[in-house]
Amino acid sequence: MSFERIKEKLSILADAAKYDVSCASSGSDRTNKNKGLGDAKGMGICHTYTEDGRCVSLLKILLTNHCIFDCAYCVTRKSNDIKRAAFKVQEVVDLTINFYRRNYIEGLFLSSGIFKNADYTMERLVAVAKRLRLEENFNGYIHLKSIPGASDELMREAGLYADRLSVNIEIPTREGLKRLAPDKKREDFIKPMKKVTQEIIQYKAEKKIIKSTPKYAPAGQSTQMIIGASGENDYQIMTASNFFYKKFNLKRVYYSGYVPISYDSRLPQIGSEVPMLRENRLYQTDWLMRFYGFHIHEIVNETHQHLDLDIDPKLSWALRNIHEFPVDVNRANKRMLARVPGLGMTSVYKILNARKFRQLNWEHLKRLGVALNRAKYFLICNSNDFERRDLAPDKIKGLILQNSKSKFRNATSNQLNLFG
Amino acid sequence: MQKVLSYDGTFEGFLSTVFKVYEEKLSQVDIQRESNVQGSFFGATEEIITNKTHADRVWKGLQKKLTSYGRNQLYYSFLSEMDSIENTLLDYIRQVFDTTENIEKDFSNSTVLKLSKITRSVGREKHRMEAFVRFKLTKDGLYFANVAPDFNVLPLLAKHFKSRYADQKWVIYDIQRNYGLHYNLEHVETIVMEFPKHFDFTKTSEDFFAKEELEFQELWQNYFKSTNIESRKNMLLHVRHVPKRYWKYLSEKQPF
Repeated sequence: MSFERIKEKLSILADAAKYDVSCASSGSDRTNKNKGLGDAKGMGICHTYTEDGRCVSLLKILLTNHCIFDCAYCVTRKSNDIKRAAFKVQEVVDLTINFYRRNYIEGLFLSSGIFKNADYTMERLVAVAKRLRLEENFNGYIHLKSIPGASDELMREAGLYADRLSVNIEIPTREGLKRLAPDKKREDFIKPMKKVTQEIIQYKAEKKIIKSTPKYAPAGQSTQMIIGASGENDYQIMTASNFFYKKFNLKRVYYSGYVPISYDSRLPQIGSEVPMLRENRLYQTDWLMRFYGFHIHEIVNETHQHLDLDIDPKLSWALRNIHEFPVDVNRANKRMLARVPGLGMTSVYKILNARKFRQLNWEHLKRLGVALNRAKYFLICNSNDFERRDLAPDKIKGLILQNSKSKFRNATSNQLNLFG
Repeated sequence: MQKVLSYDGTFEGFLSTVFKVYEEKLSQVDIQRESNVQGSFFGATEEIITNKTHADRVWKGLQKKLTSYGRNQLYYSFLSEMDSIENTLLDYIRQVFDTTENIEKDFSNSTVLKLSKITRSVGREKHRMEAFVRFKLTKDGLYFANVAPDFNVLPLLAKHFKSRYADQKWVIYDIQRNYGLHYNLEHVETIVMEFPKHFDFTKTSEDFFAKEELEFQELWQNYFKSTNIESRKNMLLHVRHVPKRYWKYLSEKQPF
């Protein structure tokens, strides 16, 4: 292959793919076969991190950035005056194999602008995955984008070669989508997602009976929503997210703070800040839903439609539900321990194990790594020394903010000043 | 009176030393690696000869008292090579044998907690090596990588790289500890290599490496830059994930 030409294509098509935040390479169970190349079981690996601090695990590129659609929020939209390029199938295969052999990546994340039509595009994506699996005996991780509107047959084939399939919903509400991406319909996103969900269930059921049933998208599906482009509030975003988790059994929903790339008046202008703090709060909420046993309506609901920026969502919940506290570290069950601000699941695990041996006191908790500056207002342990004052939630919040350093201090300095 | 026991630095050697401690009912000992014996003002230094039978007996005993979690804790912590880690391990082993219940997850016990933290650090270093190894293709078709990990994690890496790169020959070389792993398409063996004088491990000299090697490094660098979002730049986070001491062996962090 011509090195200079590949280099140019790579920079165009990697640059265009970077707004897709997913880079997970975990959750698959594909193992090395017949002494071939690669292995995708178990934990994902971040081989490096970009200067914006994001994990680089996969070779994340577009097959092409030619696109027939004109979605306002997208950098490859038809009306945008940018350089266009397209990879040949074999070029992507060669890049993937050579990067993988050097331990640069865990595999390939292939997406594409839509050229001609959905099926034509999806066919090309599947062709790359197929060649990697069948001709190169590649067992690394492959993440393919499901092209909205692609036919059921293609989606079925895609899952046979890919570990993960994803289709980005991008705009959380129907109205927002109509305004920013008039060519696209919500149904087009849902259709491939639905098909893959059904296939996963079916293949799993068959595998139980016939051992030799091939794998079908073993790392499941994910999606992404853009944050701060179309005016949705956190309640709407998390409701949409919850819907996709429940309805389509998604492995992950990603939240991507909108990076202004256009002078379109429907969108935040170039130069306006990327809402990174808000993005972080949404991820925290997502984690609380998936790993901490919270129901979404405990965090956001009709009366609390916005997540607090100055404190994390768990602390925010605790302050609203102060009657549930204090919790006794030596007696409380796992569910309740997980609800204490300052206790992560690792601390909970350590506490549950350690308290079998003795009653825990503050010193133990501190050494276990509990964030006592937050937790101490919500806990009692084997000690006479605990918070006796009947502090109002506002007061606790003030004390915590005063005594903690947030990495977002600058972003929230307005709020902090109120208590400072 | 305290007795200094020196051993050859291997895990088996360490377990043989533990055997000796139990056999002779020594209460106050200081276990040191041969290579850095400090000696003691009082009492003598005794050299322990590694004995596989003794080591196995200690390990069998531990297997009865610990699950693989606890045994990993022991082995990982041992590989940390931290100062006087042997004495902490001996303390742990004594507590394991002295207690009827399994103590491996008693995180309120300071020795257990200490080992669990060290295990985590070693585990993290192992994971970093799985991520940061950068193979370069040599002229004779071997994929070569040099590393200099904080802890002696090479023994923990063989399985991962063997099952992943089953169809290519590779070497991962620890240039600090001067030994490496070599996979010859059949199995992984430990090797010691001699490098030409003034061999620069951060460079890719055409005398040794394949012609296309530099091209792929350049493509990778190029990809690394293109996939970054400038308006989200956060060097603090970047450096936390990729600490500077690893940069010298990462092709994407080299000036071109």
